[in-house]
Amino acid sequence: MNFWRSVMAIVWKDIRAELRTKDIFSSMFVFALLAVIVFNFAFELRVPDMKMVAPGIIWVAVSFAGTLGLNRAFVIEQDKGSLAGLLLAPVDRSAIYFGKMLGNLLFMLVVEAILLPLVMIFFNLTLLTWQHLLVLGLGTFGFAAVGTIFSAIAVNTRAREVLLPILLFPVLVPVLVAGVKMTGALLDGETFSSLSNWLRLTLVYDVVFTGVAYLTFGYVVEE
Amino acid sequence: MSANVPMIELRKLTKAFGSKVALRGIDLRVAVGESLVIFGPNGAGKTTLIRILSSLSRPTGGSVHIGGLDLRTHADGIRRYLGVVSHAPLLYDSLTAEENLRFFGRLYSLPDPEPRVTALLERVGLAGRRADLVRTFSRGMVQRLAIARALLHDPAVLLLDEPDTGLDPQAAEMLHGLLAELSGRQTTSGDGLRRTIVTITHSLERGLAIADRVAILANGRLVYEAPAAGLTPAAFRPLYDQHCAAALRNAYQTRPGNRGGG
Repeated sequence: MNFWRSVMAIVWKDIRAELRTKDIFSSMFVFALLAVIVFNFAFELRVPDMKMVAPGIIWVAVSFAGTLGLNRAFVIEQDKGSLAGLLLAPVDRSAIYFGKMLGNLLFMLVVEAILLPLVMIFFNLTLLTWQHLLVLGLGTFGFAAVGTIFSAIAVNTRAREVLLPILLFPVLVPVLVAGVKMTGALLDGETFSSLSNWLRLTLVYDVVFTGVAYLTFGYVVEE
Repeated sequence: MSANVPMIELRKLTKAFGSKVALRGIDLRVAVGESLVIFGPNGAGKTTLIRILSSLSRPTGGSVHIGGLDLRTHADGIRRYLGVVSHAPLLYDSLTAEENLRFFGRLYSLPDPEPRVTALLERVGLAGRRADLVRTFSRGMVQRLAIARALLHDPAVLLLDEPDTGLDPQAAEMLHGLLAELSGRQTTSGDGLRRTIVTITHSLERGLAIADRVAILANGRLVYEAPAAGLTPAAFRPLYDQHCAAALRNAYQTRPGNRGGG
């Protein structure tokens, strides 16, 4: 019980801080919006059907914007040594991980909730179906699960902004490929049951990497 | 916990960062309710010692027991006893003073943090600024809030790493009054209980004013330990200089390449 109370306290703290500063949300949203606009103009005249490129555009915008958010997630914990303040509290290290991870997931989902309608308008597509939302949700969960632990690793390094994507993207390949394939298949009108292999891959990825992060986070944040 | 068990006990504690050794076999006991002040020059290993005591850093060798519990195996339980004030305030800039305390109150599972938050903000003189963002505070106010954060869960052990760094004289005076109160020297507004306090400071005057016992840490070793009773800053200064100089001389002579040299 205390575990989840601590997790929710950390999520609440991140939301509260973000509502004041809007540091994470503004950089993520502006980047994602610009990416969609630029891709829209770049492909509009040369691609016969925007369905062919839309899945890639959506996942590139989401993953790059997510990386910007992750870069900030632990930087705010470094201000005034507040990460040490968290580590001094009598809470399981994994509660800190889940608190930060759920905060990152929430910020990404908010950006996606605003981005998807814009993509639908720009590319004239239907994306607000439960299948699309489930695919996006599972992929985003995997992204946040892995990204949070890599963000904690990178924050103490000199070139953290550069190091985070270099570390993160090779590990994200399975979930990004699965996300693009499933979004593309759904746009092509394939049935949801035909995506079972990709869906299983994403689910296993989410479970495995959340478990690995849960087990290793304590070693990452301790000296 | 038995009355004979010291609140803090270090045995042959060592800490190395690669080839650099920060602590070299520290043996130390701090009794329940005792106030130990550790002095030492920069780079002596004082902050490393506090980081290990506060469970933020793992020792390379030796053992640490706090409240009779081994820090290696009971870190989560031990953290409940500890209040830590360091150079960094360990607070969130974009939260208000009361939000910061409420947040840490939740992490420490305080059943009803609100009265405690209010009482502590009053105690550190920030009741009038409780709804202001920490980023608008002066250095002295931030440090006072950091002290309130450290006291929030009423810890039995306080670890203070140069808590007066960057404070103006007035704020430093207020801080040391509060520490004297917590160590049981003044009980006028406190609860009269004596906390076990380990303080690291460069100020001999302020350190001696709150110490039951003093120690000097130099070059990773405890080179001096004595009761503080009767020690004045004027009498302690030559002792301090002499022990620090001897430790530095010893470190220089034992460094590879300098052995046998003058």
